[in-house]
Amino acid sequence: MQLKPLARTLVIALSLAFVAGCSSTGGGQDGDLSRGAGTGTGTDRGGVSTGGTDGRGVSGQRAGQMAAAEDRIPETRTIYFEYDSDTIRSEFEPMLTAHVRFLRANPGASVVLQGHTDERGTREYNLALGERRAGAVERYLNVQGVSPSQVEVVSYGEERPAARGQNEQAYAQNRRVVFAY
Amino acid sequence: MNLLKTTWLAAILMLVTSMVQAADLTIEITRGSDRATPIAIVPFADGDELPQDIARIVSDDLERSGYFEPLERSAMFERPTSSDDVRYGDWRALDVRYLVAGRVSREGEGYRIRYELMDISGERRLLGETVTAGRQGLRDAAHYISDQVFEEITDIRGAFSTRIAYVTSSGVGNNTQYALHVADADGRNSQQILSSDEPIMSPAWSPDGDKLAYVSFETERPAIYIQEIASGRRVRATSFEGLNSAPTWSPDGRRLAMALSKDGQPEIYVMDIGSRDIRRITNNSSIDTEPAWSPEGRSLLFTSDRSGGPQIYRHDLRSGEQERLTFTGNYNARARFAPDGEAIFLIHRGGNGYQVARQDLESGRLVTLSDTGHAESPSVAPNGTMVIFATQQGGNGVLGGVSADGRASFRLPAAQGDVREPAWSPFLN
Repeated sequence: MQLKPLARTLVIALSLAFVAGCSSTGGGQDGDLSRGAGTGTGTDRGGVSTGGTDGRGVSGQRAGQMAAAEDRIPETRTIYFEYDSDTIRSEFEPMLTAHVRFLRANPGASVVLQGHTDERGTREYNLALGERRAGAVERYLNVQGVSPSQVEVVSYGEERPAARGQNEQAYAQNRRVVFAY
Repeated sequence: MNLLKTTWLAAILMLVTSMVQAADLTIEITRGSDRATPIAIVPFADGDELPQDIARIVSDDLERSGYFEPLERSAMFERPTSSDDVRYGDWRALDVRYLVAGRVSREGEGYRIRYELMDISGERRLLGETVTAGRQGLRDAAHYISDQVFEEITDIRGAFSTRIAYVTSSGVGNNTQYALHVADADGRNSQQILSSDEPIMSPAWSPDGDKLAYVSFETERPAIYIQEIASGRRVRATSFEGLNSAPTWSPDGRRLAMALSKDGQPEIYVMDIGSRDIRRITNNSSIDTEPAWSPEGRSLLFTSDRSGGPQIYRHDLRSGEQERLTFTGNYNARARFAPDGEAIFLIHRGGNGYQVARQDLESGRLVTLSDTGHAESPSVAPNGTMVIFATQQGGNGVLGGVSADGRASFRLPAAQGDVREPAWSPFLN
């Protein structure tokens, strides 16, 4: 297809506008990733730190905490995996529990579990491995009572790395499942 | 993403299609074959004023094949332009076995290229032909001459006039841009035929060379598309729930094999392109993916981890029988048949990481061909002499090539960004 320069400029402008509009859908993903592999272990900031600052009584504070946990999408949205493994490490269970609570409290909410692998191995096989990884998280959510209709799995395999580089640090950041609400 | 956005994306993708002339890939020969035949490609007379150096293109083609070792121009003491000028004894003294000479003249808007191929030891002319070409067709004319010379000497059809498709990515994180390109087999004349801010994967040529099937995530879900290369028109072939991946065309062009996970874990399916009917080929609780058709269309190779790690299996489409083909090592994946059906090319993990390997089907013997960083996505030339694949150089994805016997190799680096997933076209003429 040949486009005249003006049309080309317009297309590029439209593309850029579109990219800008689109970036919000993935914002949570890379926001998490840029903080590195270690962040997944902590309790999520949204649920805990916002509770109890308004000076209400003890019982009120607890109620407020619960409400906060269930009203908000948990901020930690990435779970990391060992090489060639779809086993959910116990350190990620509190984070997964937060998502279970949120999804059960908000049956109208839905999440896409984006499965990723590191770059080693072939691309199409890695696409299948990414799906297996996201599927392990999906089963965990379902066992904990989240409705299957709220959860969808999309594997990106090695196509959307969070970190570049041929080293274990980069690979560890790329072996992940991201909760995309 | 809502429907409006999806529609916009589709519109923008179509506009961007074919729009940008991307930077070409440039060949670097990394290893010549020790069994290569010495040949002299003499610069063509009156070729200096041409926008393309015909003899250089022919020389590069023949060298890249691994079958020939072209003589350096600085070693040529004579520059014959036809068979009449060739002093055979002089070239014999340089250990040259064959010689190509020619001349170019203007004809109207285009060019007339006269070339001849000589057998030095036999002191005779093997080929002589006149080719006409427009200014834009000079490289094609040179590749045509390479094809004729290659076939005359080796008895193997030349594959220099073919093309490659490949995927590029540039940028990081959410700003990554993905694109699908088609270029000449030597990496030149590249054209971008699709661009997206979501991944593009697995380009596969139709047997007539007119269309590409590929996977695009542009709707934020993987789907298989079929696109006409010349017009940019395309259709979405599949968008099932879960994986829609690894499309490959049957030799008759009427079916696509693919991996879908709509029924659970990834399985191999065959779709009739006309009716969109889907037939399930594999059925087990492991991963089955990366299908590839045998040259006569009667069986499919695929990767399965049913034994624990990934290995190559063959499914007979008539009997339904499946057999495991690879037993060397614990990672063998993404196999492709040699055009004669007697060997497969695949990715094998050995002591040197992930490499391109060839396994002869009769003996079961596996030989590693490449020795580069992290090889993947091998694709075989339609004449079976070369395999192109993706590898890494300095942290960037580049394309590599290796002769089917592993003796010669080359690289096709891009000026910027990552290049990967090369797919070699069928014969196009």
